[in-house]
Amino acid sequence: MSYIARRLEFFVITVWAALTINFILPRIMPGNPGQAMLVRFHGRVSPQTIKALEVAFGINNNESIFQQYFEYLGNTLRGDFGTSLTFFPAPVGDIVKQGLPWTLGLVGMATIIAFALGTLIGMLSAWRRGGFLDAILPPAFIVISAFPYFWLGLLVLLVFAITLGWFPLGFAYDLSSSINLSWDFAGQVAWHGFLPALTIVITSIGGWILTMRNTMITTLAEDYVKMARAKGLSPVRIMFMYAGRNAILPNLTGFAMSLGFVISGAILVEIVFNYPGVGFTLLQAVHSEDFALMQTLFLLITIAVLVAVLAADFLTAWLDPRTREQA
Amino acid sequence: MVVTAPVLAVDGLSVDYITDRGAVRAVDGVSLEVAKGEFLGIVGESGCGKSTLLFAIARLLSPPAEIAAGSVRFRGRDMVAMDEDELRHVRWRDYSVVMQSAMNALNPVMTIGAQLKDAIEAHEPASSQKIRERSEHVMRLVGIDPIHLASYPHQLSGGMRQRAMIAMALVFSPELVIMDEPTSALDVVAQRSLMLQIKELQRRIGFAAVFVTHDMSLVSHFSDRLAVMYAGQIVEVGATRSVFEDPKHPYTKGLMQSFPSISGPKERLVGIAGSPPDLLQPPAGCRFHPRCPSVMPRCRTEEPPFYEEPADLVRCHLYDR
Repeated sequence: MSYIARRLEFFVITVWAALTINFILPRIMPGNPGQAMLVRFHGRVSPQTIKALEVAFGINNNESIFQQYFEYLGNTLRGDFGTSLTFFPAPVGDIVKQGLPWTLGLVGMATIIAFALGTLIGMLSAWRRGGFLDAILPPAFIVISAFPYFWLGLLVLLVFAITLGWFPLGFAYDLSSSINLSWDFAGQVAWHGFLPALTIVITSIGGWILTMRNTMITTLAEDYVKMARAKGLSPVRIMFMYAGRNAILPNLTGFAMSLGFVISGAILVEIVFNYPGVGFTLLQAVHSEDFALMQTLFLLITIAVLVAVLAADFLTAWLDPRTREQA
Repeated sequence: MVVTAPVLAVDGLSVDYITDRGAVRAVDGVSLEVAKGEFLGIVGESGCGKSTLLFAIARLLSPPAEIAAGSVRFRGRDMVAMDEDELRHVRWRDYSVVMQSAMNALNPVMTIGAQLKDAIEAHEPASSQKIRERSEHVMRLVGIDPIHLASYPHQLSGGMRQRAMIAMALVFSPELVIMDEPTSALDVVAQRSLMLQIKELQRRIGFAAVFVTHDMSLVSHFSDRLAVMYAGQIVEVGATRSVFEDPKHPYTKGLMQSFPSISGPKERLVGIAGSPPDLLQPPAGCRFHPRCPSVMPRCRTEEPPFYEEPADLVRCHLYDR
């Protein structure tokens, strides 16, 4: 379909642009990882060691910038992102691979739950505008969403982990056990993930409620909703298929964007709950000027946003027949 | 004229729009009857309350509009007293609605077929085979290839969309079809062919129709009776021919002079001076008196009742004799 082809074309071009910018930025900054290593060891390294480090980090000044560029593109496509400074000598790819599933699982799930629940509440409160639900939930969650993440996280920890002792204080699983595929371990993960996920959901749900409520109210005034009433359809069917389905369309792109930012947006939560995700890794990378790691994470964030937007485009095409036509 | 009990009997129906500055009475004490199989045209300029009247009859008003007084008896039951749940079972099966713009009245994200299916399934359980047959049948009735059941509203032309909506309205062969300017979004040629088709379908299926329009010349060829609305009230009602050929009320006369006659002699179009009144503060006495060319002193203070003329009812003091 031409619409999908056009979206894919746009996607490929933007990914290429992101890769290129990612290549250029560190090269127009002063210093290099070898020098950074030198500073870390307070200059107590020999010139030979520096040379060796430069080779290890792939800083080969004899190659032209174009050779470097194509080598970089090739390496990136093969999943070789270089060596991490912070976790020297572990490859950056391995570091990211360790943290990514935790972040995607925790923040991704929490974001999806917040969107689904928020959209449902927004739809219901617009449907019964001025009703009980509408009077309580939207204002309450909007006030809560003004609280900072970390403050609410600490509060939740204080109440549910320290005072009541229902949930663990942090990390993704019991440190005494190792990662394996068992129901017992899955239970541990869910138990550890509950408080951080709860914090994310209650701080972000207010926005979804508000946007859905607003588009829903506009949609409810449309003639096709009146027509659906005239047809004698059941209220549930009118709410979901005639009003809700049209009202959700403008919110999908916002949802996709927020899914894309899952990787970067979780730093505070991961710090408060000591969660082993990539947000935490990014913080460490920034502290130790680990450019290879930072660069990879930034690239990952960019690509995550692009993939999410692409997915939203496809979803919109599926839900809204009008977008499938030629522009 | 009306022998059997009317299909629809509206009595003293009033509709208020609740605003910050008080209630605006958009429809004021309207009474009318529609016999079985009768085609009633309601004409009036924009803002005279004709669409509000129509949606009040169909019980489709939404806030801030609400029915303030009166009754709407449809097949002997008062619809004003019915709640949404009771109405749901009468809707579409017994009376259906055709709206002004099918572009806005059809759900943009569902195919025509899916929307037809929704309407059928809401009222009786039917197999998908039967639903398809029924859908194809009504599509053919209005002259659209059933292939378009798989089309989305935006893929059809304006005329086809309007026809598709009429097809939808006829799926249960209802006794009454309420139409709100269904042709106003179309060009003159498409308008005429759609009107002919509506009339033909009405003859075949035998539904009664209430047809609202601002276009008096359009409806005059098709309606049995004509009601003229001004500022929320019916000012004249009677057989179409009689209203059209011998208008009684000065407002109706004004309307007749504001469009050209193709066959008649060349005349200067006159129109009606002034503009419709502010319904928040309707004029005292006859609502038309500030614009009326034959205004008399009593018109300013005394609201005229309906005076009976041979074929018409007219709300004007000129006919008080």
